Order: sequence, then C-alpha cells, then structure tokens
Amino acid sequence: MLDEIGVDSFEDLLKPIPDEYMLKGELSLPPALSELELQRDMAVITSRDTGADHICFLGGGAYDHFVPSAIDHILLRSEFFTAYTPYQAEVSQGTLHAIFEYQTMISRLTGMEMANASVYDGATAAAEACLMALRVTRKNRILIAGSMNPRWARVIRTYLDREGFEINEIPFLENGLLDLDAASSLTEGGAAALLVQYPDYFGLIQDIEPMAELIHSAGGLLIAAADPVALPLLRSPGDAGADIVVGEGQSMGLPLSYGGPFAGFMSSKLKYARKMPGRIIGRTVDRAGETGYVLTLQTREQHIRREKATSNICTNQALMALANAVYLSLTGEQGFREISTQCFQKSHYLYSGLIGIEGVEPVFGNTPFFREFTLRFPVSSVEILQKLAEMSILAGLPLQELGEGVMLITATEKRTKEEMDAYINAVASICDVEVSR
Amino acid sequence: MKTVFSMSSSGRMGVSLPALDVPPSAELPEGLERESGSIGLPEVTEGQVMRHFIELSNANYHVDKGMYPLGSCTMKYNPRQNEDIARMPGLAGLHPLSPDAMAQGTLELMHRLSGYLCEITGFEAITLQPAAGAQGEFCGLMLITSYHRDRGEGHRNEVLMPDSAHGTNPATSTLAGCKVIGVSSNDRGEVDPEDLRRKVGPNTAAFMLTNPNTLGLFESKIGELTSIVHEAGGLNYMDGANMNALLGVARPGDMGFDVCHLNLHKTFGTPHGGGGPGSGPVACISDLERYLPDSIVSKDSDGRYFLQKPDRSFGRLLAFHGNVGVLYRAYAYIRTLGADGLCEVTENALINANYLKEKLKGIFELPFDDGPCMHEFVLSGDRQLEKGVKTLDIAKRLLDYGFHAPTIYFPLIVHEAMMIEPTETEGIEDLDSFIAAMESIAREVEEKPHLVTDAPVNTPVLRLDEVAAVKELCIVEPRVEE
Repeated sequence: MLDEIGVDSFEDLLKPIPDEYMLKGELSLPPALSELELQRDMAVITSRDTGADHICFLGGGAYDHFVPSAIDHILLRSEFFTAYTPYQAEVSQGTLHAIFEYQTMISRLTGMEMANASVYDGATAAAEACLMALRVTRKNRILIAGSMNPRWARVIRTYLDREGFEINEIPFLENGLLDLDAASSLTEGGAAALLVQYPDYFGLIQDIEPMAELIHSAGGLLIAAADPVALPLLRSPGDAGADIVVGEGQSMGLPLSYGGPFAGFMSSKLKYARKMPGRIIGRTVDRAGETGYVLTLQTREQHIRREKATSNICTNQALMALANAVYLSLTGEQGFREISTQCFQKSHYLYSGLIGIEGVEPVFGNTPFFREFTLRFPVSSVEILQKLAEMSILAGLPLQELGEGVMLITATEKRTKEEMDAYINAVASICDVEVSR
Repeated sequence: MKTVFSMSSSGRMGVSLPALDVPPSAELPEGLERESGSIGLPEVTEGQVMRHFIELSNANYHVDKGMYPLGSCTMKYNPRQNEDIARMPGLAGLHPLSPDAMAQGTLELMHRLSGYLCEITGFEAITLQPAAGAQGEFCGLMLITSYHRDRGEGHRNEVLMPDSAHGTNPATSTLAGCKVIGVSSNDRGEVDPEDLRRKVGPNTAAFMLTNPNTLGLFESKIGELTSIVHEAGGLNYMDGANMNALLGVARPGDMGFDVCHLNLHKTFGTPHGGGGPGSGPVACISDLERYLPDSIVSKDSDGRYFLQKPDRSFGRLLAFHGNVGVLYRAYAYIRTLGADGLCEVTENALINANYLKEKLKGIFELPFDDGPCMHEFVLSGDRQLEKGVKTLDIAKRLLDYGFHAPTIYFPLIVHEAMMIEPTETEGIEDLDSFIAAMESIAREVEEKPHLVTDAPVNTPVLRLDEVAAVKELCIVEPRVEE
C-alpha cells in the first residue's frame, strides 16, 4: 500500500507534522491485555462495586426498576448499536422508524403534541427547555421551583450562566408544596417560564394547573419535569396546561450504570416545533409514494444554522431512546400502569411501616407522594445507612439540607414486602435502642 | 412497515409482573388521577415486539454490514468484548448516588481512564462528565470563560475559529454566551496566521481549532497559531474529533492547546448507537483544573477513590457522572491495545486514507493536494456537477453499491464536498471494493447519469422527500379515535 501511495515508509506520511511536535518515545500506558486477561481485570474491579449487590431504596433521579430481557436483545443487534446517525435516511429506516414511535409514545405519555429524538439526560432536557422558553417568549427570566432536584437545578444554572438571563427560585411551604403566593409575586413583570417537577424531588404530588394559569397570565410557558413512571396514574402535564414537558427516561428500561448513559426526553406543543432543540424524525414519502422517515426541521440544527442554531447538540442518546420505545411497547398501556401502581402502593406500605415507629416523622406532613418520600429519623442518617448496609440494604439518600436525620427513601415495583419488612424492623430496632438510651 | 401502534389489541402485554404483595390501601389525590387506558401505548406480546423491532433493524445500514467512509465521524469496528464489559453486573446495578465506599471499582476505573486520556492528550487534568463532543465543547468554553472571569477579564467573549470548523463550534460558542469570529484558511487549506493575528485582541476568549483540520490536513503552523492566541491573552481549544490521526504520534498538550475534548465514540471504538450515546471527556492544563465540573474522581493517601468538587467548579453538565457505560467500553479499548496498539491505529488509519486518496484523486477533484493527508481527505464533485450530477446523487448511488455515503457538503470551504475517512479497521479488500464502486459511479456519470440521479434503488425505500416532510409536518403517529 505504501508503494501505491508513493512513500517509502509510514513515517513519510507524518511529514506534515513539524518535528518539534512529534511525540518522542512511547505513550506511558499499561501493557496490552488479551480478551481473557481483560475479563479477569474487570471482574476484580467490578467486585469492588459493592453497592451494586445491595437492595436499593435510593432514588433522587435514578431508580432501580425492572428491566425486561427483551430490551437488551434488541439493543445488541448490530443493526441498531453499530449504526451511525440516520443522515442517510434510505439506509437508516430502522432507527428513524423506531425513534418516530418513541416520539409518539413520549408525546402520548406527557399529553403533548410532539417530542424530539432525545437529549443527554433529564437535567439537560430541563436546561434546554428553559433555553427554548427564552427563545419562544423573548423574555429573560426563568422561575424554578425550589422543590426541583438540586442536581438538575445546578445543570440549568450552568446552561443559563451568561449575561442577560435571570433565574428566580420559588420557595416551598412547610407541607412541601410550592408557595403559589410567592410564585404569583415572582411572575410580576413577566417571565419566560415556570419550571416545576411533577412529582417533585421529595416525591410530592401537587396539581400544576394553578401554576400553568399563573405563568400563562405572565406571558410565559409552563415547563413540567415529569417522572414518566408516575404518568400512567397521574393526570398528564399537557392536560394540566403544560407547554413543554421534559424528563428522565432511565426508569423506562435502562440499567442504573452509575448514572449513564440515560436519556432525556423533551416534548411540547406542536406550535413550538421550530424552537425545539435536537433531532426530530418526521414521516414522509419516497419517490414511489411509499411511507418513510427522515430527520426533519434540520434548519434548527447546528450543522446547518451554526451560531444561530437552537442548540449545539449533535450526538444524542438514540440507543437509549430505542430502549425506552421497546420498554413502552413491552409494558404497554396496562403493564406500565401496573408498574406505576405497584410503585405507588409499595412506597406507601414502606412509608406507613416506618412512620409507625416512635420518633420517625414525615417531613412534609401528609402531602400525597409517589414512589419516594422524605422522613426524619430520631437518629442520624449515617447511623441508618450503616446499620442497614450491614443487611445489604441501601437505605436512601440523606438530605442534610433539611436536617440531620432526614432521608429521601424510594420503593419501586422491584422491592418485595419481605425486603420492606426487613427495612422497617431494622429501623425499629435502631430507634428502640435510641428511645431506651 | 407497520407501526407498533397498528398491531395493538386490547388485553395483550409483553411483560410479566409479580402480583402486588402489599395491601393496595393508598389512594391518589382526587382530581389528579389519569383515566385507565387513556394513554395510547400499544398492547402487544413480547413476540410481536421482537418481530417488529427486528424487522425495523433489517432496514438499517451498520458497521457490521459494511464500510462507512464518513469523514470526521470515525466509524470503526466496535469490539464485541467491550459490550460485555459495559454490561457487567457491578456497573449495571450501581446507583449513581451510592456512597463512594460502595463504588470503589467504578471510581477506580474512571480514575485510571482519566490518567490514560491525560497521557494520550498531554494534559494534566480531565473530566469524564460530558455526554458527547458538543457538550465537551461547552465544558471547554465554560472552563475558559471561568478562567478569564477569575482574572478580572470577564469581558473576553470572542471565540475565533476557521471557516472549516464543525457546526457545533459556532453553536457552542453561542450557548456559552460568546461571539463567533471567523478566521480565513489559506490556499493550502490551513489557518492563515496573518488573518489570525488580525483577528485576535483584548476580547479574545479562545481560539477553537480542529487538528488535523476538517480537510484532513495537519496545521503545519500550529505552534505559531497557538502562540499568537496566547500572546493576545486567549486560550487555545482543540476540537478532538480527529484525534484518530494522532494517537501515540503527537499530543495537543504539546502544541500549545490548553483544552481539548475527545469523542470516545469516534476515536476509542465505542458504538455510535444510531446517533448516541457518545462521551466527550475534556482534558486541560493544570491552570484550568479548579474550574472543572462537579465532580471529579480523586484518590486519597490510603488508595481510596472519592468524588470531589473542584474549588472553583463552573457547575454541572449532567445530573450524574457522565455516560459511564461508554467510559467502560473506552477503558477496555485502551487496555486491549496498549501504547503500541494505539500507534498502530493511527498508522493504519493514515495509510488507509492516503491509499484511497491516491486511487480516487484521478477520478474526482482533490482541491487541496499538497502531500500526504492525515486520517481523511476531501474530494470535490465539481467535475461531476458539470454533467448535472450532484454530490448528493453520488452519495445516494453509493448506497446502491452497498456502501454508506461519505460526509457530504462539509467542510463548507470545498464546493460539492465529499469528506472520506476509511478508519483503520477496513482491510485492503474493502478499500478496493470502495474504489471500484467510486470508479463505476464516475463512469455512470459520464455514460448513464440517470442511474446516479435516480439513486438509490436497491435500498429499503427510494429517495425520500425531505421538503414534504417539513411542509406536511408529521412528527408523531396520529391517534385513532375509537
């Protein structure tokens, strides 16, 4: 091949690189491993991830749900996972058609009229939604619920960290619900959007319709960051007046994987389609009039519009969106509602058992919640975490900002009565000791 | 092909769930309940789901089927073992908010990978959080603007870039609140140092450059370019999309760059997944380390790994720690190749690209022909356009020949551009078949141009009407009213 190229050696091909920038010597990397050695190396490494074997009551934005086997069998098809972005539509109908179905499922679940082909995760979806609302309304202020996942709020602040934008936080009341009076005075002078989590970070369910009315009268949009698993049971955000609905797709068929790859979904009213970031699949016809699918409204995107694009996003989470579509096909109308119901009932069973223990109190009174709830223990959360870890239980997420013994606890459909009874009994014995001290 | 919605029949389900084992005593608040059966999700069996998605999959082109000469996309073979590695139970079941003590394995892997990527790029610090190249660019510009702001130079808001830059570069600059300033390329396809000198100034925040550039040429005056920017008080950002040309050969950290993102889904063999997930780690000089996103993996004196927020961190890019499953694959890729193997990647990528360039430059115009290219090169379809055949037609005709099309109409500085990157994982037989296909198409353009303008004909669908897709927007399946 070197002869055909007309050079004597590979080094001749490196001539365009000035000598002073050539790497002298070799990269300092560990020696190459064979496949078998790599497997041994990885077995040792992953054995130190002891958290993966624990019974998981942790939530806070990532959830231990059941993942049906069929999903990974489809994701492992070369045709899907080794394919490129479907720019050549005629040979990418598989990906395009599947994502069109994904867009449809997300729109129906959220009560919206359209959805994009996914973004990086739920937090970036929320940030992109805020930027979208700023574009739509040409206003410069965003109101964010104080009961928003704090990690998501950090991402939003990072994406909006530039001159000319303002973020105001809406406080929540003692019962955890958003302070609508405070929200009302914050809307004075107009705002681009009100962003609320539904259910919120603490798992609490609040009617978002009054917030939609508030922000609409201020000329802004309601953005709902919705938990998809709650949506089969709860009134859809679209029905309640939301204009943009975003969320995290991990709960729909993706493993925890220490936080990624996940997939953020973004849906909205159709009239905002041209302000939506990211890829969108549309249906069309070919030269023979047969139905087919293409990437559409591409003039919004960075490869066409460059500095005037609606976003800089290029690569998204297509394979994860496919997993969401397969998950929603497998569970379907009834299965997804059953999973949602089981999360709701099981989390209430655990909650009731725990607040029956002397000294354990709900932080937000009896405000309704979904799948996760916030409790104050009479002992430190460190003690709860340690004692339950001895039983291979990950007890939950300490919320230091709300007090010493406060924890956010989650129960999905995967948790059994036996596991929850063990949790309750362990906490009872820890608190018992504490009471008798 | 039918949609999954059209197969739906009431009462079917593709998943089996255990019965609820607690009393169903809780009730939803009144007025907030959704009516059962009202969502519009399909009701199908697992068998139907499998058949449907397998049928869809058959309509896809993919790397395991054939070559993807997509310039700047680095569509190389994805080793199968890495798929198994990313699915190991220790990772798959690990909650991202697990206490650090329970995630020592994954934290160690991330720490090791951080070290390897710093060594490969010649930098001192790194974040693995960005989910893709474009988010890496955003991260890089946030590091740079934070740095300027801390030095009392928050007014620096101009980002310089050549006219051959990827579309993400200008889009990212806007997202980071900066202004884009274009820099011209010279007749050799490289950045013109004189124009750069004219454009830098007291408002220069950064210079963004892809090296090798999008013409597949190494910027031979790179040291001069980065010095010009440094002297003006700006920082140099390298778009690492083309890093496949430099592994073990040269390092951005040694050329005067201050920040660089990598695309693990290009250079480090992780699959593209039909458009994602990717991963875009950002490596930087030590002066920028304190601004990295929350959080980075560190190691204490007892050898324990922990997550730490840098003291002047600019914020967060994702809810959690990055596309960790992709990091696992990239780790496995580097461990399997070692230093020698990575060098061979670049060696074969360059030989393959130059072989194709030599064989194709007689048939198609090669606008910037000045010695060897790096890992890719850009042809022009101008000669064929004279016969009424557009580059788009040539791309579509290649699909008929069983190849994916090259990247077309990019970079913008080449008319009727075809950007070709074979990668190192194509053998000479594959390259020769591609050359034969290109020769044959060039003949068709001369003799029977309609074969090319009517293409594709051997694909699952014929050429699709993109204009109609925009005009009669149909983004979701309409609901059938019962």
